[in-house]
Amino acid sequence: MAEKYFIRYGDGYGDTMTAAEIREEIDLGTEDAAERGKIPPLAADEREYLLEICTMPQKFVTVDPGKEVVVTNDEGTLKVSTRCGVSIDRTTALMIDEKILCMDTAELAHIDYSFKPIKPIIHDEVCAMHHAQLNTIIPVFYGAMPNLGLYTKPDGPVGNWAELLPAGKIDEAREAQEIAVEHAVKDIVTVAHRMYEAGADGINLDTVGASGDADALAAFKAVKKIKEMHPDFPVEAGMAGEFYLGMHGELEFEGQRLAGLYPHEQVKVAEKAGVDIFGPTVNTNSSMSFPWNIARVVTFIKACAEVSDIPIHPNVGMGVCAMPLTDSVPLDAASRADKALVEIAHADGL
Amino acid sequence: MPINHEVSAGMSGIRTAGDLVARAQMAKKLKIDDAKRYVADRLKISLEDLHDSSVMRDIRNELNIGETNARPESAVALLAKARIAELLDIEINSVSKFRNWASL
Repeated sequence: MAEKYFIRYGDGYGDTMTAAEIREEIDLGTEDAAERGKIPPLAADEREYLLEICTMPQKFVTVDPGKEVVVTNDEGTLKVSTRCGVSIDRTTALMIDEKILCMDTAELAHIDYSFKPIKPIIHDEVCAMHHAQLNTIIPVFYGAMPNLGLYTKPDGPVGNWAELLPAGKIDEAREAQEIAVEHAVKDIVTVAHRMYEAGADGINLDTVGASGDADALAAFKAVKKIKEMHPDFPVEAGMAGEFYLGMHGELEFEGQRLAGLYPHEQVKVAEKAGVDIFGPTVNTNSSMSFPWNIARVVTFIKACAEVSDIPIHPNVGMGVCAMPLTDSVPLDAASRADKALVEIAHADGL
Repeated sequence: MPINHEVSAGMSGIRTAGDLVARAQMAKKLKIDDAKRYVADRLKISLEDLHDSSVMRDIRNELNIGETNARPESAVALLAKARIAELLDIEINSVSKFRNWASL
């Protein structure tokens, strides 16, 4: 009887497969990515190495010595104080990130993690950044999401395209998104400028494209303005999903239509905007196996790394880049995802 | 989750040269191998040394650019960053801003 290996599914639950079954999952995953992205599938030796990673007996695996990369993260300061409920200040969490958890970089963030709600309280966030910068050695970003949905009624000034589209009001939905983009750009640029003045090491635009192509347009337009104002201020842009949903469908950034772009195409738009670190991501299919998901991820991210002129840090968070869709992500899957992303996809960071 | 990533694939921050490589990458849009080479050249050390916490502890102490352990007279926080900016020949925003504010 063929030896069976422990694997997980995209929802986190475990199962066993033979090497032949895992190989088949890898083949199907890479071919799915190749077909959707119109990119090359993984080569035979890359598939074999991915099989080796998936079947390593260790519970937790690491990259080979010398292949380490730098790590940036989103919502960094909230993970200790808010997510875990430890009663400490956010800037104390940054010192824990640096001296105890030994992170390469950190991020100051507000619990309401979008640029729109941060703008009215930016004066307090500036003070927090001052404290953060006075007390840390590692680079400290300030991060938030463009989150275009917040600009819709009743919380915002424009119509809700998610309601207008099903009602057949296509023109109204498009106009609402175009207006929302301009509001979002102002908010993002205002916050970024104040954080630059506060001494931040960079700004992180997280989950770009979460509300579709207009969300991505807002982010890229904002990045371009930020770089015009402060050319040396680093900007990281992390994507929300593997392609931009065409909620508008006709939006372009400098001649490039945004709807439907995959990571290897998104990164070229990011470069045009002036992004310094690009965070591509690939959706996890919770019904499919980890080998299927990671093969798909590595195929997309490798194609992105090959065409990119800037460093890429794939977003390896819950529910993306083969990470199972669960709050307690199993480390056997997470560490294998990291190893594959660095050693096969050639990520510059995570 | 960040801890998983740092242990499985990260450079471990100020235990090694993780913060320095990150700064080189951010300041100059360098891919990881180029960022490591830049830092190694500036520090006049080998690429292998960048990842070695034992070696980097001595180097960081010698250069006085901060490390994980609290030691008397060791540069902390902004003091360490001021040295890092000079060492790597890059601008660190907080160092420049606080220098201006302090009229230094």
